[in-house]
Amino acid sequence: MAANKELVLKMYEEMLKIRLFEEATIDVYQKGLMPGLAHPYLGEEAIAVGACTALENDDFITSTHRGHGHLMAKGGDMKKMMAEIMGKKTGYCKGKGGSMHIADVSLGILGANGIVGAGLPIAVGSALSSKRKNNNKVTACFFGDGASNQGTFHEALNMASIWKLPVVFVCENNQYGYSTAISKHIAIENISDRAISYGFPGITVDGNDVEEVYEAVKVAVERARKGEGPTLIECKSYRWTGHSVGDPGTAYRTREEVTENKAKCPIIKYGKKLVENGLATEENLNNIKSSVQEMVKEAVEYAIASPLPDENEIYQDLYV
Amino acid sequence: MRKIRYVDALIEALREEMIRDEDIFIIGEDIGPFGGAFKTTLGLYEQFGSERIIDTPISESGIIGTAVGAAATGCRPIAELMFGDFVTVAMDPIVNQAAKMRYMFGGKLKLPLVIKTNYGSGRSAAAQHSQSLYGWFTNVPGLKVVLPSTPYDAKGLLKTAIRDDNPVLFFEHKLLYTVTGEVPEEEYTIPFGVADIKRAGRDVTIVATGYMVTKSLQAAEELAKEGIDAEVIDPRTLVPLDKATIIQSVKKTGRLVIVDEGHKTGGITGELAAIVVEEAFDYLDAPVQRLGSLDVPVPFSPSLEKIFAPSEKDIIAAVKKIC
Ligand SMILES: Cc1ncc(C[n+]2csc(CCOP(=O)(O)OP(=O)(O)O)c2C)c(N)n1
Ligand SMILES: [Mg+2]
Repeated sequence: MAANKELVLKMYEEMLKIRLFEEATIDVYQKGLMPGLAHPYLGEEAIAVGACTALENDDFITSTHRGHGHLMAKGGDMKKMMAEIMGKKTGYCKGKGGSMHIADVSLGILGANGIVGAGLPIAVGSALSSKRKNNNKVTACFFGDGASNQGTFHEALNMASIWKLPVVFVCENNQYGYSTAISKHIAIENISDRAISYGFPGITVDGNDVEEVYEAVKVAVERARKGEGPTLIECKSYRWTGHSVGDPGTAYRTREEVTENKAKCPIIKYGKKLVENGLATEENLNNIKSSVQEMVKEAVEYAIASPLPDENEIYQDLYV
Repeated sequence: MRKIRYVDALIEALREEMIRDEDIFIIGEDIGPFGGAFKTTLGLYEQFGSERIIDTPISESGIIGTAVGAAATGCRPIAELMFGDFVTVAMDPIVNQAAKMRYMFGGKLKLPLVIKTNYGSGRSAAAQHSQSLYGWFTNVPGLKVVLPSTPYDAKGLLKTAIRDDNPVLFFEHKLLYTVTGEVPEEEYTIPFGVADIKRAGRDVTIVATGYMVTKSLQAAEELAKEGIDAEVIDPRTLVPLDKATIIQSVKKTGRLVIVDEGHKTGGITGELAAIVVEEAFDYLDAPVQRLGSLDVPVPFSPSLEKIFAPSEKDIIAAVKKIC
């Protein structure tokens, strides 16, 4: 890993893209430019980036309501994302979906999803399709700790297992489902243990360590491609913000807890590591930051300048 | 009379009923200390504790199924779904279990169960968090369907729902939660199956549901300025339905406009129109007008969402078409 300088810098940049994009998203909301809501991915960047870096371009992902990070890491276009978040005609879904429904099937992104747990069986279906078509594609399925309590999670894991489907279940354990702390909704220590009952490997990794996530998903992807079936990878991290942009996230957890977890920032941590290992200089990292800042700024400007959809588009795209 | 918000009227009903009957508990996601995503249980956890205000994992099918089992065995559960759209995740316990158990078992048990949730567009919440799906449940015998449109109705109908020995689906419009209205301090309940004439009028009958009552009343005021006197009827419960009040009104006005936020196709506007055509055809002086949401998923962008559900303007236009 450490040897591949290009790859590690790319992962750093990708995480920073998500970070700055999400900060801009919150800003856009606070300025009243976003209709509805969004669920920020701040603090969880290493999971999307580590996992998507282990995928090929034509592999699939299913995403969640907290999807901006997944979309970006899978190659999503910032401009189209921001435009969609603002409900503009130039957005990924022509303004019809918004933050919670961004999709780009050409990039293998089968959509963010507003229904918790709905992505899991869809990922199984996508993996079944790859198996039938024998095209060697893998599906990575992102979902939260909360989602692992839906029936769909259990049904999906079992089906993927009996049919040895090429799917990697990536659980983003950010310690909360909305206001509910994990200790109140799950009685076991590691969600990855749930894989045991379905007969395939489950592991827990540090979701704030992009290389650890990458390595784990890479192994799982190889296993999937070889036809050996699914893997469950639980990535432990932390949701820095409230549940959504409208929730301060302070009613059900202490400031100390948030501060403590923010100190484990996956991006700062990785930047330090790269500098220490001589893979980057502070200057390199600063340059990356400036270029990403510019990108995000352009995306916001593009979105603001874009028109809203015309009323006559309301009936378009319903049926083929 | 004092004025309180719709959401506070609902909480008051929950609180009073829970004090009255120990068998009542509430079960749902983030309803405890957090007070619910729409603050519909705020303060109840502090009063009744975790045994009666039960926070659950994200497991809608489990929540409703559990409530059905508890209702079948002597409890009086109130299950809250965070968004009305999530009824889809819990469809089996609602449709195949709750609605049918009593009948299938030959009347051997009762299911005093309330499924309490919200509905409606207008908040840029997009296709999976904005639907008005209550109409579906009118097509499932064994369920009762309630749609309160004011704080007064919200409190009185919720109390009746809680005291009913059958499964009741209770749909609150998200845009109504912060609306204030008169609610007496004294105890009262509102019987199911009794429509409310929200505005009396001579020229045209507007039957409207939920939030569409608000819009219809606004439209009626505009129409009054032009000399059209509209009667606005709120059925309040779709099952059971007060046909008599609607038919009586149509017999008086001879004209009918039906306004509902569900999709027009296959929705309840068609059912209401059919009832009037069947039972009061000879009294109609003009074709029945139906307004429902457009037959597309709820679009996200405000420029599209604003034409999705019937508006005051649409209602005025529909009335003028036949008056
Ligand atoms: C079926 C369903 N139930 C409830 C919700 C409301 N809701 C949206 S996100 C969320 C919490 C999800 O928790 P988790 O799966 O851990 O994901 P996270 O938000 O932490 O990323 C809830 C309860 C929903 N959107 N869909
Ligand atoms: Mg979570």
